[in-house]
Amino acid sequence: MSDRQPVVELREVVKRYGNFTAVQPIDLSVEAGAFVTLLGPSGCGKTTTLRMVAGLAAPTAGDILIKGARVNDVPIHKRNLGIVFQNYALFPHKSVFDNVAFGLKYRKVANPEIAKRVQRALDLVQLPQMAERLPNQLSGGQQQRIALARAIVVEPDVLLLDEPLSALDANLREEMRVELKKIQHQLGIATIFVTHDQSEALAMSDKIIVMNQGRIEQQGSPEEVYTRPRSEFVARFLGNSNLLDGRVLGRADGLLRLAVGGLGDILAEPDGVLEAGDGASLRLVVRAEKLRLAASPTPEADVTNLAGRIETVDYQGQSARYFVTVGAHSLQVINPIDQRPHAEGAEVSVQVRARDIVLLQPE
Amino acid sequence: MSALARAITGWSLIRAFTVLVYLFMFLPVAVVVLLAFNANQFGSFPMEGFSVRWFAALWNNDAIVRAFKTSVLLGGLTAVLSTTIGVLASLALVRYDFRGKGLITTAMIAPILVPEVVLAVALLLFLRWLEMPKSFLLLLLGHVIFTLPFVVLIVQARLVAVRREFEEAALSLGANGFQTFREVTLPLIMPAVFAGMIFAFTISFDDITGTLFWKPGGVETVPTQIFAMLRHSISPEINALGAVMVVVTVAVPLLGAAIARRMATTLK
Repeated sequence: MSDRQPVVELREVVKRYGNFTAVQPIDLSVEAGAFVTLLGPSGCGKTTTLRMVAGLAAPTAGDILIKGARVNDVPIHKRNLGIVFQNYALFPHKSVFDNVAFGLKYRKVANPEIAKRVQRALDLVQLPQMAERLPNQLSGGQQQRIALARAIVVEPDVLLLDEPLSALDANLREEMRVELKKIQHQLGIATIFVTHDQSEALAMSDKIIVMNQGRIEQQGSPEEVYTRPRSEFVARFLGNSNLLDGRVLGRADGLLRLAVGGLGDILAEPDGVLEAGDGASLRLVVRAEKLRLAASPTPEADVTNLAGRIETVDYQGQSARYFVTVGAHSLQVINPIDQRPHAEGAEVSVQVRARDIVLLQPE
Repeated sequence: MSALARAITGWSLIRAFTVLVYLFMFLPVAVVVLLAFNANQFGSFPMEGFSVRWFAALWNNDAIVRAFKTSVLLGGLTAVLSTTIGVLASLALVRYDFRGKGLITTAMIAPILVPEVVLAVALLLFLRWLEMPKSFLLLLLGHVIFTLPFVVLIVQARLVAVRREFEEAALSLGANGFQTFREVTLPLIMPAVFAGMIFAFTISFDDITGTLFWKPGGVETVPTQIFAMLRHSISPEINALGAVMVVVTVAVPLLGAAIARRMATTLK
């Protein structure tokens, strides 16, 4: 068994429309059973990439492989895929049963077997009683479950999800998120999920591929991508970040001391990869939730204390988002609320631990 | 102000005028249908007794029965051909991009923009140029050209509203292009296809201008038969035939619309 062979592989795949390059040469692979998310803003090429894997768009250059075989010239109906579309795309003139059975019919599965497998798929999405209904008699969430059942019943090599949750309302979306991940895990189908929603990506993925302007900005586990952004774009796109420009002043006790204009000096853990000799310019990324507000400075050696004044308080229930003026900068801070949030106009100590600062090469 | 002046408002005037326009349009039709049941030989008011003898006379008139059969055959074939070509053309125009698309669209829609007489003469001249004789086939061709725009416009409008994802979903599940069309696209556009077919039949069935130019000698459709009979006399038979025409051209689209609406509601 070639267990380690990726289920889907893209090699230097490019997509151009006339003069516009929708996808720059990209390489990516999806391992067996993995849940891989293409994350990025609209127009970043994530949907185009998915459509190329599906066979709904032809790559301008490069190779697409499914289970090790080049599929560039294999039409979509011979690729053995399951696709779930944003708007469900259930056939409105067919019953739920016929919708789910559709793919099996073209795989020459015998009728009794079709009935059995459709029922199993409907059980899996927890809608076992709905077989006779028409799609327009179902709620949005139910329709999306049926669409999922229709896609997985054929036991596809790869499951492609094109923003399947974005048409649902917020509560339902979170519920479906958990369920989708559970079903995917249970079946162990290699999955490519396209979304612009970072919380979906972080919650569901084994691997996140952040895309921007047709390029892959960074790929890695959700934790890696979130805590160690490799570019300014990733830092800005995922979570709430403060970006600052600093210059290396020197080293002390294994920490870098950086001068940030209009703010003061900040201690940061050096990044092994970056060239950071004295005088080097670096970009500092500080996550909003890594800044801590306190009434008075702390004496801890690896913590930088900055004096700030709270400008606005954005109360969010379990936490609060503050904009704090520190020197010439306005920093975004998200802190859990202990008893009550800090008051607007309060003078506070803004604290950040050296290891919580991500350093980037300035772009 | 008097009560009368208050009663005559802008809206009431418009309402009265509308009624007049409709009377002007439909009264002659009503008169024809009414007189078809007149027992008297000379169709005029006041009517003298009720009778269906003129309808019986129609049934016994070989020329009229023949014309009716010709019209139904011509209308039926026109509907089938127009719809087939129209659906395929609409698919190409809506689903694919190719060079000359605008030109082809215009050429296909043109027959309803050009006056019918001009179209009729043009096709006839074209045939002369090809040195081909007039035939039933030419008549059919003329009717197809003339009804095609209606089918294309109706089907295109529907096809635009059918999202591409339905077809993509079918393809992704393993159906090939033709299977996708048969299983998904066609059922979804069926109300429009059906409506287009009804349109094509009705337009063909009561067309006279083009038919007069294109029909070969000895072939008559119902409208040209009426036209020929009118040259001799105004017989009550013509009233009866007119009544039948009215019923067919009104009932077929109404029935069609009802069926199309039923189909559309199940597809929502």
